[in-house]
Amino acid sequence: MSDEQERMSLRDAMLALHGARREDDVVVTSMCAAREWMALGTHPLDLVYVPSSMGQATSVGLGLALAQPHRRVIVVNGDGSMLMNLGSLVTITAAAPQNLILIVADNGVYEVTGSQPTPGAAAGRADGKSVDFEAMARACGFRSIFQFSNAAQWAQDLERVLRAMGPTFVLLDISSVPGIPGPRSPGPAGARALELRRNLSPGTA
Amino acid sequence: MFSGTEIAALFTSMGITHVVSVPDSTIGVWYPALERSTDLRLVRVCREGEAWAVAAGLYLGGATPLVMIQCTGLFESGDALRNVLHDWKLPIFAIIGYRSYLNQDTLPGDTCLVFTEPLLDAWRIDYRLINAPSQLDEIRDHYLACRDAGKPGAALIAEGKA
Repeated sequence: MSDEQERMSLRDAMLALHGARREDDVVVTSMCAAREWMALGTHPLDLVYVPSSMGQATSVGLGLALAQPHRRVIVVNGDGSMLMNLGSLVTITAAAPQNLILIVADNGVYEVTGSQPTPGAAAGRADGKSVDFEAMARACGFRSIFQFSNAAQWAQDLERVLRAMGPTFVLLDISSVPGIPGPRSPGPAGARALELRRNLSPGTA
Repeated sequence: MFSGTEIAALFTSMGITHVVSVPDSTIGVWYPALERSTDLRLVRVCREGEAWAVAAGLYLGGATPLVMIQCTGLFESGDALRNVLHDWKLPIFAIIGYRSYLNQDTLPGDTCLVFTEPLLDAWRIDYRLINAPSQLDEIRDHYLACRDAGKPGAALIAEGKA
């Protein structure tokens, strides 16, 4: 993880993704990414994964990617959520969906609970060294791997990242914002699930 | 109790497209037949909590998934299945191996027998206990009933060893 001054804001990161997202892309967002994504508007193929089972956004995204192999499925996860389901990195590469893009927005803290350091962040570890998500993704066998600390570079390279052969892993170094609220559910989850299923597969019950 | 060929044929007749699973010594024996099937895709996950979320994504994407795990994995699955079945209200069906139900020689006093059924009740999962080979069709019947009612369900498959 890079120094705080080199990090981008989550809002800038999501703004760039919002601009690059294709109309037929499915976008799954969780935790703080969900909050920022919702602030940019709504889309019929958004899955704002709130309420969540923390860590499971990657697994939901994998299922979507396998069911919809002709669409890109973009999952935006936090580092705390990623740590809670590291095995999903292996599960994803075992199934190897070429259409899945996993973005980990790494701010090193559990932001919605008061910005406590995660066990993966330098501040939360006895050795003072943060864990290397990029190396984990590489070891698990992701086909394409990227890391960005600078919002302008992220925005400039996004099209190339989204076109890369998947499964794709993207690590974004994100600045933390102490005291910022967590996401609120945008509406009844059951109804949103039905709507997304109908939007992805017209004619299904 | 059932062969892999029987299970693969059963799942195909139920219209299942994906089996999301962690094996145990009963369930794992079925894998080769599931993998031979041209109608089914076996999705191997690292832990059972993942299985519910992967199945949720598959369902949202228009597929017809099924979760297949041991009851110990049901214990592990808590928050994931709560979210999938009760927050998002997805009618995911599960095949759950009931460890030591038929035989406790390997694990005398196996506490799976204490907690499995109360836990299914606690999670409000409508299940049927399958403890004889003659009940194979009951799995499909229960699945279809749950599907038509738009609710989750499970078949609890009695197992004889750990």
